[in-house]
Amino acid sequence: MPQQVPRLLAVFAVAVTALFVMRQKLIPDTFGAVGHYRAAAVESLAVRPVKYAGYQACEACHPELAEKRLSGNHRGVACETCHGPAATHAGDPAGAKPVVPDTRQFCVTCHAYNPSRPTGFPQIDAVAHNFPKPCTECHDPHAPVPPVVPGECSACHAQIWRQKAVSHHAQLLCTTCHEAGEGHKTSPRTMRPTKPMAREFCGACHASAVRAADRVPQIDLAAHGMPYLCCQCHYPHYPETR
Amino acid sequence: MIPDPTVPTGPGLTPAPSDGAEPTGSAPQPNPEEVNRREFVHSLAAACASGLPLWLGAIRVPAQDPGPPGAPGQDAADHWYGMGVDISKCIGCGRCVYACKVENDVPMEPGCFNTWVERYVIDTKGEAVVDSPDGGIAGFPSAPLDPNVRKTFFVPKLCNHCAKPPCVQVCPVGATFITPDGVVLVDEDYCIGCRYCIQACPYGARWFHPTKHVAAKCTFCYHRVRQGLRPACVEACPTGARIFGEIEGRATPLARFVRFNDTQVLKPNLNTRPKVYYAKLDMEVR
Repeated sequence: MPQQVPRLLAVFAVAVTALFVMRQKLIPDTFGAVGHYRAAAVESLAVRPVKYAGYQACEACHPELAEKRLSGNHRGVACETCHGPAATHAGDPAGAKPVVPDTRQFCVTCHAYNPSRPTGFPQIDAVAHNFPKPCTECHDPHAPVPPVVPGECSACHAQIWRQKAVSHHAQLLCTTCHEAGEGHKTSPRTMRPTKPMAREFCGACHASAVRAADRVPQIDLAAHGMPYLCCQCHYPHYPETR
Repeated sequence: MIPDPTVPTGPGLTPAPSDGAEPTGSAPQPNPEEVNRREFVHSLAAACASGLPLWLGAIRVPAQDPGPPGAPGQDAADHWYGMGVDISKCIGCGRCVYACKVENDVPMEPGCFNTWVERYVIDTKGEAVVDSPDGGIAGFPSAPLDPNVRKTFFVPKLCNHCAKPPCVQVCPVGATFITPDGVVLVDEDYCIGCRYCIQACPYGARWFHPTKHVAAKCTFCYHRVRQGLRPACVEACPTGARIFGEIEGRATPLARFVRFNDTQVLKPNLNTRPKVYYAKLDMEVR
């Protein structure tokens, strides 16, 4: 046997040994115990401190506020949404106090008018709405209701109202087309306003020889867009026909 | 040339020239430097034996594993977490973004978001404009009502915790992984900061930690979930636009959400199997 063969084999033996030494040193202890990762990392991530205690922790000491919250329109809003992270307060009630956001700037984070917000979400004009009084002067943040019954539909239906204001229907009152009973103002979801559901209702203006003189667009009610209701193609709060 | 059968041949041995002069040496004398076969086998065995303890240590049979990680009485394999997002409920207040940053010690600087909120503005031609000022952490300035806008809405985004996560696939060191309960996590003690996973994520859900120099991402607030708490963004959402829970099973908030809403996931064509389910999702949302 040539002498280089055993020397090569010795080199290989050293290399293989070195490989396993390095595996031993470089691969962390729990790597591969569960999957292709360090199982201990899961535990180190799982023991990080909690900052938001959760509303259940708040309710343990503030049952009266919890009850009030559940009775009002903020029943779905957790305590820490407004008061900020309160785990330290839960652990040390006297020492660490959570935030009490009683400025106008905070409430309008949610309640300022923004066209991207869903229709029906209560939105106000932050500049025009009783400036500069803080919101909490008139509204109880734990069970907010309008202090007076809204006089205008725009108090709640800001999006519709604003769209209508720039549309060809700007001059029409909401009550021209809708009948909203007084009950709708206090129980909006149980007492719904009416909607015009007949073609003839729109036809009163749009298929009328009288209104044609006022340059109101006219159609032949018998032929135009049958068999659909007007509102199935046209959005009455912002009719697109120009 | 036919080799002379009398001359021993074999692999590695050249046949002796049969027609030339005889080799000068009648028989090869053993070289004192040369190792004979017996000595070689002995030395090889000794070399292997010296490495044997290391060998045995290197092929580690995982010791009796206590099972997948989980709190006492909580078996990670019993869970499969996901999240539901109802687009029609999001008001773009950004409380989720704030809560996430506080809860997870995310730096308060731009570009570091586990979750963020996007505003989509789609004009009458169908072109979508998307913006997210500072992740939406302070809400969105009210845009003027534009007659050329067909519709506009908010979309909360976060890590989709894909069942087949491309970010995990590309990690060269196994520093990011999906746990048995379906949460994609980063081992920040083991991450080498190569940023491959940030490139691989089709949802842009990963970011690079400016001081720790590791990849970071949403953890579904794993530390909270393990304690039975909801993720911070879910806790902070005032309108219930986010729903967290188990996907499997019928009596969980998320299962109910998926059952009663027409849900979609983002970029389903990539086959990443996202586990964040969106209700009322517009087709323009990417």
